[in-house]
Amino acid sequence: MKRAVPGNARPKRIIAATKKRTLSWDNWSAVLVLIPSLLALGIFVYGFIVWTGYVSLTNWNSYIPNFQWAGFRNYLAVFQTFRFQSDIRNIIVFTVLFIFGCLALGLFLAVLIDQKIRWESLFRSIFIFPMAISFVATGVIWSWLLNPQTGVNLILQSLGDTHPPQWFLSTVFVPSLSVGLIQAGIPLALVAVSIAAVWQMSGFAMAIYLGGLRAIPEEMKEAARIDGAGPWRLFWTIIFPQLKSSTITAVIILSAASLKVFGLIYAMTGPGQDFTTDMPTLNMFQTTFQGSQFADGAAIATLLFLIMAAFSIPYLLTVLRKEEEA
Amino acid sequence: MKVRRSAATALASVFAVGALAACGTQPTTSSSAPAHGSKQLQIFSWWTGVASSKALAALNKQFVKEYPQYKVINEAVAGGAGSNAKAVLASRLEAGNPPGTFQVHAGHGSLYSWVQAGDLSPLNSLYKQQGWYHDYPSSLLKLLTFHGKIYAVPVDMQRDNVLWYNPTVFHRYHLSVPRTFSQFFHDARVLKSHGITPLALANHGNWEATLLWSDVLLGTVGPTQYDALLSGHASWTSPGVIQATRTFTKMLSYANTDYTALHWDQADQLVAQGKAGMNIMGDWAQGYFTTDLHLTPGKGFGWAPTPGSAGTFAVVSDVFGLPSHLKNKTPTLDYLKVLGSQKGQAIFNPLKGTFSPRLDANPKAYDAYSQSAMKSYKRDKLVLTIGQGAVNPGFTTGVENAMEILVSNHNVSQFVHAVANAAKSNPLP
Repeated sequence: MKRAVPGNARPKRIIAATKKRTLSWDNWSAVLVLIPSLLALGIFVYGFIVWTGYVSLTNWNSYIPNFQWAGFRNYLAVFQTFRFQSDIRNIIVFTVLFIFGCLALGLFLAVLIDQKIRWESLFRSIFIFPMAISFVATGVIWSWLLNPQTGVNLILQSLGDTHPPQWFLSTVFVPSLSVGLIQAGIPLALVAVSIAAVWQMSGFAMAIYLGGLRAIPEEMKEAARIDGAGPWRLFWTIIFPQLKSSTITAVIILSAASLKVFGLIYAMTGPGQDFTTDMPTLNMFQTTFQGSQFADGAAIATLLFLIMAAFSIPYLLTVLRKEEEA
Repeated sequence: MKVRRSAATALASVFAVGALAACGTQPTTSSSAPAHGSKQLQIFSWWTGVASSKALAALNKQFVKEYPQYKVINEAVAGGAGSNAKAVLASRLEAGNPPGTFQVHAGHGSLYSWVQAGDLSPLNSLYKQQGWYHDYPSSLLKLLTFHGKIYAVPVDMQRDNVLWYNPTVFHRYHLSVPRTFSQFFHDARVLKSHGITPLALANHGNWEATLLWSDVLLGTVGPTQYDALLSGHASWTSPGVIQATRTFTKMLSYANTDYTALHWDQADQLVAQGKAGMNIMGDWAQGYFTTDLHLTPGKGFGWAPTPGSAGTFAVVSDVFGLPSHLKNKTPTLDYLKVLGSQKGQAIFNPLKGTFSPRLDANPKAYDAYSQSAMKSYKRDKLVLTIGQGAVNPGFTTGVENAMEILVSNHNVSQFVHAVANAAKSNPLP
């Protein structure tokens, strides 16, 4: 935007006066250009969010639309199913495993690459490349690799492991606690899914951390070294605390990816025995488009939307505040 | 002044008419004729696979040959084993913008939903005019009839209750093909003792185990009771259902353990390779055996009705109806005449790997498997299945959700109650 009045020295009165006649052609053209995308966003994103919320409160649970008011009955019904309770457990476990896995591996790779090695850009590309593959392809490949009959277990068996892991076919929970209808522990099958997801997305965490590492001034590290800090001490007391904002960015973006995960699960495991690998997205898809229970599906979608909002709104607020400060 | 006002009114009405016309043209482009040139007809399906799209194209070609005044538009929607197509179709019918005709499965699933919603028109007069009441078995037409009115024309036939086995393996261990569950478990024990997986099972899609259970239920309670269950006249907590579920869980103990990781064709591959003895799957499996694995029917693979279900044929049939909100119904009626004719079905079915449901279909056009299936079809009692869009889809999803838990915890009473609840909240007609 054109700034009519540069500098701070001018009296405030004049700024106010110039602001009044700001609807110049420049502004109008900006508004005109924005209108199509605002309309599209308004209808196809926000409009349909409201529509989904509305459908979730109706009785539309067959092919034939039925907009009779149901209140929160669909939500109650969804919450009482074994499947949705499993979904909540799974999405929490998966998000935690996935984010920790990505951050730990990403940070490790970023530190390795930051050692001023040869072929740096080659390694960087190799580590980040899995991100370019679709989640569906990742899911198919890892479902072969981690199939207990055909995959990496053949290697483990040839090394003498007589009880190799069952990977994503496992129905074991650690620890095994009954809460509501379900087992509340970590389903081991989700560990296998997390391995595939971490493989794909840790390169992204690496890229973010690498940016963070490069932003730390060399003088600061130099000063620490002169004060006698070893590499271990240097990392944990000087470097790591300064990566906080990188970590926050990575956590927010990865958690959005994790809560939305669909393709990976759909291709790799499906809902899994006992719904050990089911996710709200998969449940929503099958309920809506295979069971044609549109209101129940909309209720699941709305709940998922609220969970995502709980994660992303605090982030957006901090970003906005920072921008204002800047 | 007056002149100016009337000019303004005229201008306004031109705009209004223009706007109306703009609203009106959008639906009509889809179904009926544009103002000039050949008339268009949209055929809506989820036939996007190699064989099915080839078969559809051949049928459309035959239609245009018989009715050159039309232009066929193939509106096939890919993905999700038809679920994407069904969603698109639902929104089009909802918006009053139906295709010329659309694919749906015979039975009380979505076909019945469309009938209830008033989206399909009865075809009794077309059936009478074409003599189809005598060309198709009445037990099949019963699955397309609601309150005395028939709503669709069947084009193909597939079977859901087939046991596939490896003849070499069976011969080697002197086994006979099981006709009852006790024979099945006898064979299973022998196969297991020789280190061969008795029953190949796949359940990646979460519908395959439901298909198996549905066939076990049919074989346990018999077609009459099974029919009563699927039409809401019998209790899902009855002893027959419980016994069938017990048999099913016992069968699981003879299956490969990695079934969650396998797709249906991978289970059939285990049978073809002799790693497993048997598999229960719909007869689309035979297309996989012959086309993908190049096996000879009867030599590379054998088949039989699933245990206890001899004399019953579980129907999976694609049917097409007449949307009631079409402006011009003649193109659709003309298309249905070709689709239901002996000629049209003789062109369509061999390409698709299915067989014609007409009683006068020529068996010589088909391979050994389809010939034997045709024979059973004409003789057997026809029933619906729990999957494949043949019953209320909400019920099917409910059963599949309960199945996902049953395969893991083998809790029969929990499963049976979940199924009964699914039947309660998703009424079976």
